Amino acid sequence: MSPLAEYTISALLIIGGAFTLIGAIGLARLPDFFTRLHGPTKATTLGVGAVMLSSVVYFSSTGQGIGISEILITVFLFLTAPVSANMLAKAAMHIGVKTMDNTRGKPWDQ
Amino acid sequence: MLDRLSFPQPWLSLILFLTWQFLSDGISGGSLVLGLVLAWGIPQLTQGFWPERPAFMKSWRMPAYLLVVLWDIVIASFSVAKLILSPRKPEPVFVCYPLQLEHPLAISILASTISLTPGTVSADISDDEKMLLIHALDARSDDEVIDAIHTRYEKPLMEMFK
Amino acid sequence: MITIALYASIAMVTLAALLNVYRLIQGPDAPDRVLALDTLYINAIALIILLGITLGTRMYLESALLIAVMGFVSTVATAKYLKRGSVIE
Repeated sequence: MSPLAEYTISALLIIGGAFTLIGAIGLARLPDFFTRLHGPTKATTLGVGAVMLSSVVYFSSTGQGIGISEILITVFLFLTAPVSANMLAKAAMHIGVKTMDNTRGKPWDQ
Repeated sequence: MLDRLSFPQPWLSLILFLTWQFLSDGISGGSLVLGLVLAWGIPQLTQGFWPERPAFMKSWRMPAYLLVVLWDIVIASFSVAKLILSPRKPEPVFVCYPLQLEHPLAISILASTISLTPGTVSADISDDEKMLLIHALDARSDDEVIDAIHTRYEKPLMEMFK
Repeated sequence: MITIALYASIAMVTLAALLNVYRLIQGPDAPDRVLALDTLYINAIALIILLGITLGTRMYLESALLIAVMGFVSTVATAKYLKRGSVIE
């Protein structure tokens, strides 16, 4: 394996792990539901995307074929993340989850 | 019977066929046949659910738009990560965003883009499809959020669906 | 070098999964718990991919794809249930 591929894979692995961890920290320590929604749905998706990319580079540099399934999984995650975030936000607004004290504006109800 | 053998959604059929080839382990006679059956059957079964196609759509502008969005996701992820790790409290805000787009497909692309770029989540759409409710994680004012979304995402989409 | 990065990455994703479990147990409202589960399945996908790289095999990708599809459907179904009180109207 060429050194360049090795550096790329290692960097992508570390970035992916770090973003996944930061998303989870956000989920654990942000104060209310709507702010928590931001951490995981995006940071985690990007983290998994980086891990997938490293897997693509790894398997193509060891000559086991290019990883199209990884790309399919990543595309699928990127397509579905906004939909599930939207559904969860709607459910939370319907239930009337408490928001943070210094939130400006109000969710409307209809 | 013969008029059933058509492809009402040619692009969807093509994508389904190619995806099946990628998913199955190497291209073989069996995967080609099954891919063709799926590419014919799934559009037929789901035809009733498809919304009306937009009259004009410049789809060659899509790749450039996707690249802009992808770049923004990476950049904004770093700022959200910084915010999560810093000890200060975020200042969340609910923003009512006045939509200028009219086609449902364009609106749903815009809403998905807003949700994917970190820092903003589109939470709801009003019944008359004129307003979008957005929750921003950390913003100083409403206008800041509205301006950013309008210049960066809505204008290219308006160009695309004109 | 890849081995070290791999182990560091696995450690970080595992820690992330533990934090998600904390939110799953703690979460004051039902949407919080659903959100924690949603994040948990995405982390599980990441762990499966990392395991695949560690073992040098691509066999586990199929299961990751299945988890992605099933996880999305279950999140949407649960959110819909919370909102309407029923999944299929």
